[in-house]
Amino acid sequence: MNEFKGQAISWHVVNGAIELALHREPCNEIGSGTLEELETFAGALPELAREAHALIIHSTLKAGFSAGADLRELYEGSQGMEKSEAVRGVREFLRRIHGVMNTLDAAPLTTIAAVHGVTFGGGFELALVCDIIIADRMARFCFPELRLGLIPGFGGIPRLKRDLGNAVVRDLLLTGRSFNVMKAQQIGLVSQIAAEGEALRVARATASQVGKFDRRTAIAAKQFMKPIPYEELKREIEIFCELFSRPAVEEGLRKFVENEGLQPYLP
Amino acid sequence: MPTTDHTLDEVLNLAAAHFKVPREKLTPDDDFFKTLGIDSLQALDLLTRLEHHFRIELPDYELQGVSDFRTLASRIQARL
Repeated sequence: MNEFKGQAISWHVVNGAIELALHREPCNEIGSGTLEELETFAGALPELAREAHALIIHSTLKAGFSAGADLRELYEGSQGMEKSEAVRGVREFLRRIHGVMNTLDAAPLTTIAAVHGVTFGGGFELALVCDIIIADRMARFCFPELRLGLIPGFGGIPRLKRDLGNAVVRDLLLTGRSFNVMKAQQIGLVSQIAAEGEALRVARATASQVGKFDRRTAIAAKQFMKPIPYEELKREIEIFCELFSRPAVEEGLRKFVENEGLQPYLP
Repeated sequence: MPTTDHTLDEVLNLAAAHFKVPREKLTPDDDFFKTLGIDSLQALDLLTRLEHHFRIELPDYELQGVSDFRTLASRIQARL
């Protein structure tokens, strides 16, 4: 399946690069529908990788790359359920999304996240699985999970620890603050900054460049320098589920979902 | 270092230019959400533009509850 047009994502192959577009309004919140389509993509990846050397993940929405997990679906889906049943549902969702993230992380391609605007929570975690993050000058990053009484659940902490110094990771997680692209480049998260609206173009140029080299060598280099922290990723699911079972989380989610204030994106 | 008044003036100029509001319609004590007609995502956009303009890092938790240009400028001034 070298072309797909879904409700939340679409992909096609151009000049040896798979372009995976996120387009679920309002800001690519990742819920069960998006997960299902991402699983379809992950399933199609081995076949796609035979005719491509790169993968570019980007958003077609003005608001940004992705605002993260679909908290409304998470909150509403767990209403009226026994706590243990809700935790089972969350664990299963996390198991599936980790499957997708791990597949993307290990993909035998050079993977590029071309991000702009809001790149928060699960959206940030999706960017973190990529080999290279290219960010629009107006991109903004954040892990707001602690305000809900949770930790990032889509592999964020292990992958941040893999890529950045622990002291920076602690600041980002424990304050829940958002930060701009200059900071993201300074701490080593973003490798290239593009002008406003130019991240996809820059990503395409980068994909074209990486296509000049021997694929086997590129894959060997990637595997050597980008190990996947499987044990920590499993531990993350356990910690997330332990935290999710507490009443404080339900209250945090309720407040977020019912928040009609002007600053719900400012943690 | 620029004075607080100068910083405030630059904040008002940048907000007026980006959100296409006549500069003379903006005053320091305006609620910028209302005056500019912006939502939380656009407020983040404004924050990012201000950080680039002043070459500072302004954590968003310092802006909790801030909605007027004067206080916003004072938070920026504290980071210059």
